[in-house]
Amino acid sequence: MTSRTAILAHVRASLGISPRTDPRGATVAARLADRPRHLIPERAAKPRTALLAQFRDFLRAQPADVIEAASNEAVPEAIAEALRAADLPPRVRMGRDPVLAAMPWERAASLERRFGPAEPADEVGLSRALAGVSETGTLVLASGADNPVTLAFLPPVHVVVVAEADIVGCYEDAFAIVRKSFGARQMPRTLNLVSGPSRTADIGGRIVIGAHGPRRLVVVIVGEPAPPGA
Amino acid sequence: MGQRSAMQPSTLELAHNARVALDDVQLQRALAGLPGGLVAQRAAARDRLPEFEALREVGRDIRNHALAHLDLYLEAYESNAAAAGAVVHWAETPREANDIILRLCREAGARLVAKGKSMISEEIGLNAHLEAAGLEIVETDLGEYILQIRHETPSHIIAPAIHLTQEQVEADFRRQHAHLPTDRRLVEPAELVGEARAVLREKFLAADVGITGANFLVAETGSSIIVTNEGNGDLSQSLPRMHIVIASIDKVVPTLEDVTTLLRLLARSATGQEITSYTTFSTGPRRPSDEDGPASYHVVLLDNGRAELLGTELREVLRCIRCGACMNHCPVYNAIGGHAYGWVYPGPIGAVLTPALIGVEQGGNLASASTFCGRCESVCPMKIPLPKLMRHWREAEFDAGGGKRGFRAGLAAWAYLARRPRLYHLLARFAAAGLGALGRRRGAFSWLPLAGGWTRHRDLPAPQGRTFQQLWSERERGVS
Repeated sequence: MTSRTAILAHVRASLGISPRTDPRGATVAARLADRPRHLIPERAAKPRTALLAQFRDFLRAQPADVIEAASNEAVPEAIAEALRAADLPPRVRMGRDPVLAAMPWERAASLERRFGPAEPADEVGLSRALAGVSETGTLVLASGADNPVTLAFLPPVHVVVVAEADIVGCYEDAFAIVRKSFGARQMPRTLNLVSGPSRTADIGGRIVIGAHGPRRLVVVIVGEPAPPGA
Repeated sequence: MGQRSAMQPSTLELAHNARVALDDVQLQRALAGLPGGLVAQRAAARDRLPEFEALREVGRDIRNHALAHLDLYLEAYESNAAAAGAVVHWAETPREANDIILRLCREAGARLVAKGKSMISEEIGLNAHLEAAGLEIVETDLGEYILQIRHETPSHIIAPAIHLTQEQVEADFRRQHAHLPTDRRLVEPAELVGEARAVLREKFLAADVGITGANFLVAETGSSIIVTNEGNGDLSQSLPRMHIVIASIDKVVPTLEDVTTLLRLLARSATGQEITSYTTFSTGPRRPSDEDGPASYHVVLLDNGRAELLGTELREVLRCIRCGACMNHCPVYNAIGGHAYGWVYPGPIGAVLTPALIGVEQGGNLASASTFCGRCESVCPMKIPLPKLMRHWREAEFDAGGGKRGFRAGLAAWAYLARRPRLYHLLARFAAAGLGALGRRRGAFSWLPLAGGWTRHRDLPAPQGRTFQQLWSERERGVS
């Protein structure tokens, strides 16, 4: 008997289940297919403006730097300015994300872009978030060639671009976006919920920002385009 | 005490360990920060989320549902993980899990292994096993790294080095990092963190294999999840060419919707954060189009007594999500720290889990390290009735012949009386009247036979002369 068989048999014996008359299969299949939502905190169901304000408040408290960009066209300059203000070299490492690629990088001519996964000497990683979650100020990043996972952890500074339109109330809404992007039951190699720079309290119980991952998290929020005719 | 290489429990030396801990000035200084730290932060986080108490009930129900269908969710998890390219291994015993992991490391041609924090790896003594085979293992969680260079084990499940002061860590770093200038400044915690960051960065980049634990496994997607703040787990699992996850079978939950409820409770209960900096879902190895991430991804599912536990009255302990709130709020843990418990899991959860995993003969006495104040149960996000489960072990330990002879005789005498209420009340009346008369002048005793454990540290107030039962029945009869 393999360990797999033995463990599963042991579990069934402990639960008092006989595999031949097991009525539980339908329950499990339904749970996995229907994926019922549970209690979701009210703070995730605020009116849109309050939801967006809450997202920014939680980010700042983590603490992350929050940068506003009126539109995709304004993002390159906003990033260049943020790096300048933080005394960082004008150089970012990024993936092949099509939304980022379509931005007018020529407007930030001094900003050098390098492509591919992070390398040890990189100082700034740039990613685009699939979604933002207001209930805790959380960024949802999907790994892949578009946004290599190491960009979020190896460089000391991580810049994340998130569209205001992709900010949702709760984690469940963000998972709906993941399922829409990747298909039901499909996931990228890593799905990273990022909620602040890296930190530790392992020395004397005092919180230090900047442990092994980024010391600084910069979030560029791209404004929602004004509705036509407004 | 606390040697990493020796996973032999010292649970039977609890009383001795506790005495040593109480006299340990550094330890007492380190523990003094708990009430104002993790405890206060949890309370603040709970107060910020009005639904917190209701979420505890939902969380409990999710875990109960998962455990009642554990075999089916494990099969679903395995099948979905495999579909994404994961290789799932099953291990009944620590030895089996260690052998599988060593074999995988050898297949990867590994010399250096970067490790994220994993209590299961402590439970099975993984580091010692891999080191004995000639591998270099580096703990990358800052607290675990400090313990590794001190040759100690964690004293807390989420804050492993909570028993150490900053000054101790500075001395360790000066000893361990002898290649760095001796006159460097290591005064601020940030300076110590910065030094560890630089030292460990080399290890992340050179490691062949990354090993992490898992806070949860998701049946729906076949994902493993780590919940961290430092980012070391993510570097450990993203840079090396192989990622191995070690997780116990009770970690599986059905869906992403189920996990979110547990995530809303975990960080708030543990550190008082709204959510940790990083919550990472890993599913399979890197995809063909990916440019980073591990080329292979293995998950080792460990039983080590949990399937057995599922069929006992201790089943509820399997709901545990390892937040550490029970130990943060435990007056005994706050007084003696985690090492005194003598094995991997300290505090109330350790007192319940340890005897189940290593046997009542070894761990049954840990349940005596409790005042049964009930604070652990009142903060447990999974509403595990920890005092009830500790009581189970007290009884089991007594039945198994545990405890000193005098203690057993005393307990037997008390049991004899407790089963004979009339005799009990009569003797209680004599005792109350006698002690009341003896102690009338001072109103308290500074010494009493058989009560030395109490009177050594404080006076025992003298009874007023009548027993509670007497006063109660008089009150019932309307006598004042």
